Amino acid sequence: MRNAATYIRRELMIRLVRAFDQGTLSQEIDHIPLKLRPKGGESSRCCIYHDRAVLKYRLMALLGLCVEDEEDEAKPLKEYLAERLGGSGKSDKARAEPLSVCGPACSGCPDAKVVSTPNCRGCFARPCVYNCPKKAISIVDGRSLIDQSLCVKCGKCITVCPYHAIVKTTVPCEEACPVGAIRKNEHGVAEIDFSKCIFCGKCFAACPFAAVMERSQILDVLMAMKNGEKLVAMIAPAAEKQFPGKIEQLLSACAKAGFGDVMEVALGAEMTTEHETAEFIERMEKDPKTFMTTSCCPAWVNLATKHLPALLKHVSDTPSPMVYARDIAKAKDPGAKTVFIGPCVAKRSEALRKDVDYVLSFEELGAILAGRGVDVIACEPWPLPRPANPTARNYAHSCGVTEAVLAEATTKIPGFKLNSQQINGIDRKTCAMIKVHATGKTGVNFLEVMACPGGCQNGPCSLA
Amino acid sequence: MQKVQVEICCGTACYLLGASQMMDLEDALPEELKGRVEILPRTCLGLCERENIGQAPFVRFGNGEVMSDASREKVLEKIRQLAEENP
Repeated sequence: MRNAATYIRRELMIRLVRAFDQGTLSQEIDHIPLKLRPKGGESSRCCIYHDRAVLKYRLMALLGLCVEDEEDEAKPLKEYLAERLGGSGKSDKARAEPLSVCGPACSGCPDAKVVSTPNCRGCFARPCVYNCPKKAISIVDGRSLIDQSLCVKCGKCITVCPYHAIVKTTVPCEEACPVGAIRKNEHGVAEIDFSKCIFCGKCFAACPFAAVMERSQILDVLMAMKNGEKLVAMIAPAAEKQFPGKIEQLLSACAKAGFGDVMEVALGAEMTTEHETAEFIERMEKDPKTFMTTSCCPAWVNLATKHLPALLKHVSDTPSPMVYARDIAKAKDPGAKTVFIGPCVAKRSEALRKDVDYVLSFEELGAILAGRGVDVIACEPWPLPRPANPTARNYAHSCGVTEAVLAEATTKIPGFKLNSQQINGIDRKTCAMIKVHATGKTGVNFLEVMACPGGCQNGPCSLA
Repeated sequence: MQKVQVEICCGTACYLLGASQMMDLEDALPEELKGRVEILPRTCLGLCERENIGQAPFVRFGNGEVMSDASREKVLEKIRQLAEENP
């Protein structure tokens, strides 16, 4: 457990699954916020009433609904649920834009600025004053004072102060967003600009008030299972070490929890490796100075599409492991529905484009397992026809794709050399690095881009 | 010398709600407690039923005492106390 925000989100999910299975969700759902924040109990915000209101919106997000689209505040959750169970009530927007900011949960953090704290001793040397390139710092009443109209937040004063007296306050979501897609609106509440958002999920993970919410598909999955549809759980390679036990045990757990079939997405990763390597060799043959980037990270593909369109031609055309996994699942059983299960927010947007029926996060899968009393370590390993190649299983680690492609290319062309680099996490700085690589000046011809530092294993919805 | 028994519930609910952070408890033991504690990961102890879910993760000690809302720090403190009581 990293913090109270993840705790409450997971607790709500488990409660939802349990009540759904017992057929009592409709009676219970409006009572959940009251049970979690009872009269006279402790509150996490100003009061229990505020907490309860936010819990209601969290439950709405779990129902997959757009919180912003709420028209009638008096409408109980029960009615939203009834609409969803009846097959309506969910807009297309909910799938296309899987993140939403819950206004009442947003704290409206004060604008980022560099400020002097009472730790300032008004020292004689005054390095802050002398090193400020904008001459924004003066000493007033024996303490440093930063003129905000002049400050450019370069942070030089922070580094030079021997008392650590100068700090930078931040708006965590804005700071985390690599593309400036989340900003406070005129009411001081954060808002996502979906024309810019790449769904990397960094704001979702960063907000200390947990105001950024994912529109869940957990209810859709539960409903489909109840209707007797065959769902194939496609487990992303990042699942390794997310749950106790081995990945084969996790696959068994999924089968036990109601999935009609299970498979590792790493099988799709094998195909991505094969095709991406062939594509790279072909591009090299056409142009020895070629530059290609990986394509399996959907947040990176979104970034290229929305912000760096000139680089799109460098992005590999090879489909992601999820897409190949879908093909494998559909070839085995065309009538089955596919559920990608991973640590990624952006996969939700990719799934919509690539006809993958549902996406669950590891948290949501965990809630289904927990709600149904399935323990991963108590499960026998799933009898895999064959385990996926270790290089494919390693896709979720930074460098994993590069190593897989290099290994594959070496089998085709002995002594094959790759001038590779990794973008290990997308942020403002690495965005600039990608552009530099694309100019060809760095001599890099294969660039692996992962939106999350360390790779998918550290995705915004990872459990670790 | 009696070993302090610590059963950590690794049921999926407890795991999701914090037991995952206690998996390396063995390594976190201070020198004086090493060899004095028996840490047993368990499948669901059945303590998270219905309304109790908000109190997960659960840890059970050898004396039958159940700790709710367990964390590494709380469990280590309890181990220390139990070890002192049964030197």
